[in-house]
Amino acid sequence: MTAREDRPGSAGGHDIPGPHHGGPDDDYTPEQLAAMSREDLDRLGASYDGVEVLHVDPGPEPGSRLEKRAIRQVGFTFALAGLAAFVFVVIYVGSGWFLPDWHWTITEQGWSAFFTPLLGLLMGLSLALVGIGLVLYTKKLLPHETAVQDKHDGSHFDRVTTGATLVGGLHNSGLARRKLITRSLAFMGGGLGLMLLMPLGGLIKNPNKGNPLGTTNWAKGVRLVRNDGSPIRPGDQEPGSLETVFPAVPGGNIQADAATMLIRLRPEQVEEAQPRIGQADFGYGEYVAYSKICTHAGCPVSLYEQETSRILCPCHQSQFDVTQGAKPVFGPATRSLPQLPITVDDEGYFVARRDYIEAVGPTYWNRERI
Amino acid sequence: MARTATAPGAPTSRLGKAAFEIDDRLIVAGPLRRTLNKVFPDHWSFLLGEIALYSFVVLLLSGTYLTFFFDASMKEVVYDGSYAPLRGVEMSAAYDSALQMSFDVRGGLFLRQVHHWAALLFVASIVVHLLRIFFTGAFRRPRETNWLIGVVMLVLSLLMGVTGYSLPDDLLSGTGLRIISAILLSIPVVGTWVHFAVFNGDYVGENIIGRFYIAHVLLFPAILLGLIAVHLLILVKQKHTQFAGPGRTEHNVVGNRLFPTFAAKATGLFFVVFGLIALLGGLVQINPIWLWGPYNPSQVSAASQPDWYIMFLDGSTRLFPAWDINLPGSYTIPALFWPTVVIAGAMFTLLALYPMIERKLTRDTASHHLLQRPRDVPVRTSLGVMGLTFYVWLMMSGGNDVIADKFQISLNAMTWIGRIGVIILPPIAYAITYRICLGLQMHDRQVLEHGIETGVIRRLPNGEFIEVHQPLGPVDAHGHGALAYGGAPVPKKMNQIGGARRAIRGFFSPIEPPARVELEQRAEGRGLSPQESDRELTTSGRPTEGGRPSEGGRPSEGGRPQEPRD
Repeated sequence: MTAREDRPGSAGGHDIPGPHHGGPDDDYTPEQLAAMSREDLDRLGASYDGVEVLHVDPGPEPGSRLEKRAIRQVGFTFALAGLAAFVFVVIYVGSGWFLPDWHWTITEQGWSAFFTPLLGLLMGLSLALVGIGLVLYTKKLLPHETAVQDKHDGSHFDRVTTGATLVGGLHNSGLARRKLITRSLAFMGGGLGLMLLMPLGGLIKNPNKGNPLGTTNWAKGVRLVRNDGSPIRPGDQEPGSLETVFPAVPGGNIQADAATMLIRLRPEQVEEAQPRIGQADFGYGEYVAYSKICTHAGCPVSLYEQETSRILCPCHQSQFDVTQGAKPVFGPATRSLPQLPITVDDEGYFVARRDYIEAVGPTYWNRERI
Repeated sequence: MARTATAPGAPTSRLGKAAFEIDDRLIVAGPLRRTLNKVFPDHWSFLLGEIALYSFVVLLLSGTYLTFFFDASMKEVVYDGSYAPLRGVEMSAAYDSALQMSFDVRGGLFLRQVHHWAALLFVASIVVHLLRIFFTGAFRRPRETNWLIGVVMLVLSLLMGVTGYSLPDDLLSGTGLRIISAILLSIPVVGTWVHFAVFNGDYVGENIIGRFYIAHVLLFPAILLGLIAVHLLILVKQKHTQFAGPGRTEHNVVGNRLFPTFAAKATGLFFVVFGLIALLGGLVQINPIWLWGPYNPSQVSAASQPDWYIMFLDGSTRLFPAWDINLPGSYTIPALFWPTVVIAGAMFTLLALYPMIERKLTRDTASHHLLQRPRDVPVRTSLGVMGLTFYVWLMMSGGNDVIADKFQISLNAMTWIGRIGVIILPPIAYAITYRICLGLQMHDRQVLEHGIETGVIRRLPNGEFIEVHQPLGPVDAHGHGALAYGGAPVPKKMNQIGGARRAIRGFFSPIEPPARVELEQRAEGRGLSPQESDRELTTSGRPTEGGRPSEGGRPSEGGRPQEPRD
């Protein structure tokens, strides 16, 4: 304690630690601690933390063959880790400088094909070797110590005293008596909470406005075009073939719900065809057009097996029979693929007669009502 | 303060003085000592959660790097990068930037793959960690809170995965996004409203990648970080559980102190995990988005599977029958709702509530810090295996088209195998597991009573052949052991109780004199210290309690804990 500390204003007088300051410092004077060995101090501190060191296996004898070998192993591992790291740096920096360019090209099988694997190999090797070195060090060179620490259960004293402080504070606030304050607090809390949640309302959009789910870009007279925009005439397709077509509107080929399959049935398929009720005239001659969007989970159904007249969805294996109005015949889908009514226009190209008469894609709660 | 500088025992070294200076200001010596002295039990299965933690660190590091290059926009651009086959193709800016970071950023592909592999390892280690907690009963009071947090983190990590792999906007992830959209639509009553809130309109719109991006890089990681912090704080506060063993009680923890042993091992594990992920990221290709092409709603590739942790939902969706429920007023509950929202919801709810359910059923409300061996709790273990069978079967069904293709099985047959299996296999798994647990329990008791089978067959004077058994402790007049089962592993082989002595160190050649080791062992067998080994050298090769104390220790021996070697 220096004299300067009692000057006025320093701490309101003599700055002497209070009676509750000490802890273990009261049990052990600096002189006592200074007289103890480092190990004793370690054990003493541990005992204050509820830890007892039961057993120490001191590790290999200094200078023994065992120790030398372990040191060699650990040192070699760390050195190798460092080497791998440096080689990583050289390859990362040197590619395209004094080493061949790292840019990957599809035609070449040279250096660029090895760049990423080399980076991974070297970084992985380097990091893993650091880890292995550390584990070796712990296992072979560190003393093996077995310690036991006491687990403390909750203290009754702590519970009672903390409870008293909490309840005391609450009591002093008088909230239990001052009903007006508690009520206004509850009102305020409710209002504030709601107010802060309100901006989330910006996320909400009415799905029933304008019927976006029930309509597509198909409409009367819209041509059926291929992905490249070319229109299709009857006779362009072989019997038994399938072509994906889109509405001839800007961006029609990237619309999520407009993709349609134009299928030319084989003559025997035409004979056994059983279209859905009221949709017998939706096809045009041997041609039928069904929505490509699966009625189960919305994947594009795209695997058409001619022999069985089945269209398979690769996502969940729903199968639809094109001769039965694309009725689901296996798998989790419940509804037929919607059929697009088609005809040909004056120039002999396929056009839609109208939009789909039902919503395409996955089922939802009020689909039937749209 | 002047007092410490002149006090006896004051530091003389520069480092020591600096440490005193720091402690004068921050007063950290006490808490630091308590931390360094904290004892951690030592068992390989306690490292599973650490692997998850370290994978998360790698995810944060690699993910932050990827954000420097990723553009979460669905604006259409024309690709003009180094990957020739896609040059001139229209695609979203997100896919374009994912290609740029793969082909035009030095080491970008490597870090992208590191990120993806780390994500797979992250979820995998969480699941395995959860199984360890479940089967050993570590979730029992007082650890229900941490179990709940853990289940929430598992769900969050799945959401992280889904929002993450949807970002590149390639054909595969776009297909996944389409199915997510259908799942949202399938929710009764509010489905279309939820879909329009998430996608900001009809599928696909122009906002979803940007929204998923901010959820993936900010929202979910922030919540995860907070939960990880709480998870670890509670763990430290409650102290780790331990397996039953010599000297281990409900009121102590036996193991290594944090410093230096545990810290060194944990750091070592971090580097090994990081190194493994880096090796995978460089050497094993994952999600080559340039092969899938940009997303187009009218295209799909066969064998479209999500990452492994979502496959169970894909499987349940494939297996669930076509059962739409049509309600009066032309309302529909789509079939898709059940195998996705309901099954996933039920699975995670059951998982989260399991500690409470078990507490209710067993009426065991005591605090437990000693772990149980799965065989000792046959009902829980069998329930766990039953649930696991259900999960794994669904996961396999998520790839049933690939199985059908590779093994030349009919696709429809695979679906039916899946449907039947998902109903009958879990109960079968329950029954088999239950029998195995009982069998293992009985064998433990048999060994305790009759001793270990030595493999030595002896012919008695009356012609009877018997196998000699080595008792594990004192025996009564009939030769039956008096040891009771204590919830710890029972040694079942002579080697585990020192029948073969300790192995002489050295991999290719011995690095310690074999004769000396043998002498030490014999001396220890006689209960003598190594220095006294010359006193009794005539002892026979009697099986002793030397050897491997951590496995061979007698469960009922209330003595001091022996050092776990492995």
